[in-house]
Amino acid sequence: MNRALTRISHEILERNKGLSALALVGIRSGGEFLARRIAALINQIEHAEVPIGELDITLYRDDLSLRKDQPEIRKTTIPFNITNMKIVLVDDVLFTGRTIRAALDGLMDLGRPSEVQLAVLVDRGHRQLPIRANYVGKSLPTAKEESVQVFFKELGQVDRVSIIPA
Amino acid sequence: MGLNRKDLLTIAALSADEIHLILTTAESLKEVGGRDIKKVPALRGKTVVNLFFEPSTRTRTSFELAAKRLSADVINFSPSTSSIVKGETLIDTARNIESMQADIIVLRHSSPGAADNLAGAVRSSVINAGDGWHEHPTQALLDLFTLKEKKGYIEGLTVVIVGDIAHSRVARSNILALTKLGAHVRVVAPPTMLPLLIEKLGVTVYYRFEEALIGADAIIMLRLQRERLGQALLPSIREYANLYCLTPERLQLAKPEAIVMHPGPMNRGVEISPSVADSAAAVILDQVSNGVSVRMALMYLLSGSA
Amino acid sequence: MKRTKETMTPESIVIRGGTVIDPGRFNGLADVLVQNGRVVEIGMPLLASLPEGPALRTIDATGLIVSPGFVDLHCHLREPGFEYKETIQSGAASAIAGGFTSICCMPNTQPVNDNESITDFILTKAKEAGTARVFPIGAITKKSEGEELADIGELIGAGCIAISDDGRPVMNSLVMRRAMEYAKAFGVPVVDHCEDLHLSCGGSMNEGIVSTQLGIPGIPHASEEVMVARNLSLAHLTGVHVHLAHLSTARSVELVRLAKKQGLPVSAEVCPHHFSVTEEAVRGYNSNAKMNPPLRTDPDVQALKDGLRDGTIDVIATDHAPHAIQEKQLEFDAAPFGIVGFETALPLTLRLVEEGVLSLEQALDKLAKSPANLFHLPAGSLDVGEAADVVIFDPKEEWVIDPDRFRSKSRNTPFGGWKVKGRVKQTIVGGRLVYEDR
Repeated sequence: MNRALTRISHEILERNKGLSALALVGIRSGGEFLARRIAALINQIEHAEVPIGELDITLYRDDLSLRKDQPEIRKTTIPFNITNMKIVLVDDVLFTGRTIRAALDGLMDLGRPSEVQLAVLVDRGHRQLPIRANYVGKSLPTAKEESVQVFFKELGQVDRVSIIPA
Repeated sequence: MGLNRKDLLTIAALSADEIHLILTTAESLKEVGGRDIKKVPALRGKTVVNLFFEPSTRTRTSFELAAKRLSADVINFSPSTSSIVKGETLIDTARNIESMQADIIVLRHSSPGAADNLAGAVRSSVINAGDGWHEHPTQALLDLFTLKEKKGYIEGLTVVIVGDIAHSRVARSNILALTKLGAHVRVVAPPTMLPLLIEKLGVTVYYRFEEALIGADAIIMLRLQRERLGQALLPSIREYANLYCLTPERLQLAKPEAIVMHPGPMNRGVEISPSVADSAAAVILDQVSNGVSVRMALMYLLSGSA
Repeated sequence: MKRTKETMTPESIVIRGGTVIDPGRFNGLADVLVQNGRVVEIGMPLLASLPEGPALRTIDATGLIVSPGFVDLHCHLREPGFEYKETIQSGAASAIAGGFTSICCMPNTQPVNDNESITDFILTKAKEAGTARVFPIGAITKKSEGEELADIGELIGAGCIAISDDGRPVMNSLVMRRAMEYAKAFGVPVVDHCEDLHLSCGGSMNEGIVSTQLGIPGIPHASEEVMVARNLSLAHLTGVHVHLAHLSTARSVELVRLAKKQGLPVSAEVCPHHFSVTEEAVRGYNSNAKMNPPLRTDPDVQALKDGLRDGTIDVIATDHAPHAIQEKQLEFDAAPFGIVGFETALPLTLRLVEEGVLSLEQALDKLAKSPANLFHLPAGSLDVGEAADVVIFDPKEEWVIDPDRFRSKSRNTPFGGWKVKGRVKQTIVGGRLVYEDR
């Protein structure tokens, strides 16, 4: 996992030619840990701080009115103005693309970034929306019925990605 | 864990876990009110009806704002009490509203139990926005939210509720909510304004304001309804103010960092002196803005189990 | 025409094999012969010499109780004025279905029964209905407004058997004193609904922990007790028989007990709902548990039972108070007070027998003989030569109370769905079989 994140960190710096007007926004909850790790790696490389925010996309989900039980809402904390910033959205798994759609909507309600990019640890395919990641840790071919779970040491687990059969 | 219920009628029916869930959700939603664009799409396409049989601009506005920030459509319906004269029951009125595909009905009514009656008759979710002297659960939830925000916790706090407890739905809901979360509740009022057997609700009863204030973390002042004068509950407003007005001198008796709450509208100079109302201890305006977050949280949580 | 005549003519009936309980006089297996509207013979084994022919109806009462028809000192038949709630016809039909053969109806109709023409009207309607005997209670004051005395002499002359302003208690103690003094001339009891309306202060349930929790304005115990005390003092002052309606509190019972010990001319009634349920029944804002006086607490229920047991309380009365569904569907505080009572009184009273509060004979005394005696009514006895008003019931039959099957026009009861024991099988009024359970 670390190797993939280090590569992504380098790619982010390369593509954006440095840190100017750059910020990371992790999608709760997996993306939140990854954004912090990427920020730490960038700090090691560039010796500079990159602003980090956390976005909860629950209120923007497209299935709210279909669900019986409402999912838990967590805090959105973006302690900087995103207008005219280059925002790198960070998430753990890219699957249907619906979460990213919700995150884009949520982000736009908070301001007008100059550019939004997407970094994911795992791209498992099966997109249902026209969404593509700019930075991918690993492409993982999966069956649609399977699910992919990422474990984090921040949650007291051993860092790993596992495919759970249907 | 979700809020697995159709309606929010009383604090009495909520578990401590459910109360915590509502408060946590409200904390997460509070950020929306600080944005430039104060709107999220969570309740897009849902219809919220404010059905207010008693005038209350504040509460209605708070619910309206909460619904609108969640992108729901809001209808305000304030039937005059004359519909009862016309022979239409509350249930008839509500069924009419339900036929307009209301997802949530927010009810304010002068009869205790009106929200219970309504909830049993319609499929829509019902939120009790005050029923007679019975309960005003969202007020209690926003008071808890404010208390938690200012103090960091609720369990173990000493909270004093002052004034006309007998005729106050705010007091009833607050007593239930605070005791469920482990706060120590004191009530203080002239005995004419304390309902029979109130101590069975787990509160300590005081008649003298000064004694009740010692060691208090928070003070909830209730509004004195002037019409109580005609019911031999009080000799005069003047005497009430002498005995029960929260003055800076009396506030000194509470803990140094004690906060002062009031559900509004205030009678300045009657139950609260202007210098206390405008002091740093008063969190009355925070209560108002927190009210929107708490009501958003409720509407969000109830909209799940439609 | 022939048919009408047949139903109007008393038939000969023999009730065979039942346990006949005529409180204070007879308790045992016996057959009862009814002819020409009267009890002709009670005996076991009865009569080799039974009259023959098609006119003789035989009722097999094996395993059943044969009792004097019940006498209700307190009901509301709503006619004239509120026929949508109940009529004299439907009320009387409900009464006989509950085993009541004589019922005393309160004057709070529209217009109030404060003059001869209303009394006449009620008696005419009752005669047309031709089932239970109806005894009107006249108003104490004109329009029951508590100010000027009604024409009490005229009311008694027209057939009223007592006076009361039930539902609108006489608040002015001087008016009450004068009414009692005036009633002395006619030898009728004065019935009071004991309630200080100022203390009740618009309340709609018992004042206590439940009212505090539900936020419903409460009616304190004291609201009844201060008026009980007043009425006892006035009974002492005037020497006139005062009958205290539907007592509900422990202290009321205690006050009456003391007054009786002192020999005051006082009698008291209790309603089945007051000894069967408490204020807890109001939870959920059940308007069918809203009555006045309100349902009280466990200690009160216990005291009412003790009062029944030791004779402090003389009678069980229903306070049958029908209200239309749409009225009881209103919010709790807006809904009217009262529940229907005729068709649930027997099984609720039999619960007291089951609990050992009363013997079956005592229970039937409170339902039949004692009320008839107190109001000097020609009822409450199965003595040979008396009018044959008889109820035959199965004390063991279990059934579930279903308000939709009531004969009353109204459905307002908190006892719907209760599984109870004791069911009226036949009711006979004046020698005619007027009700049969099918």
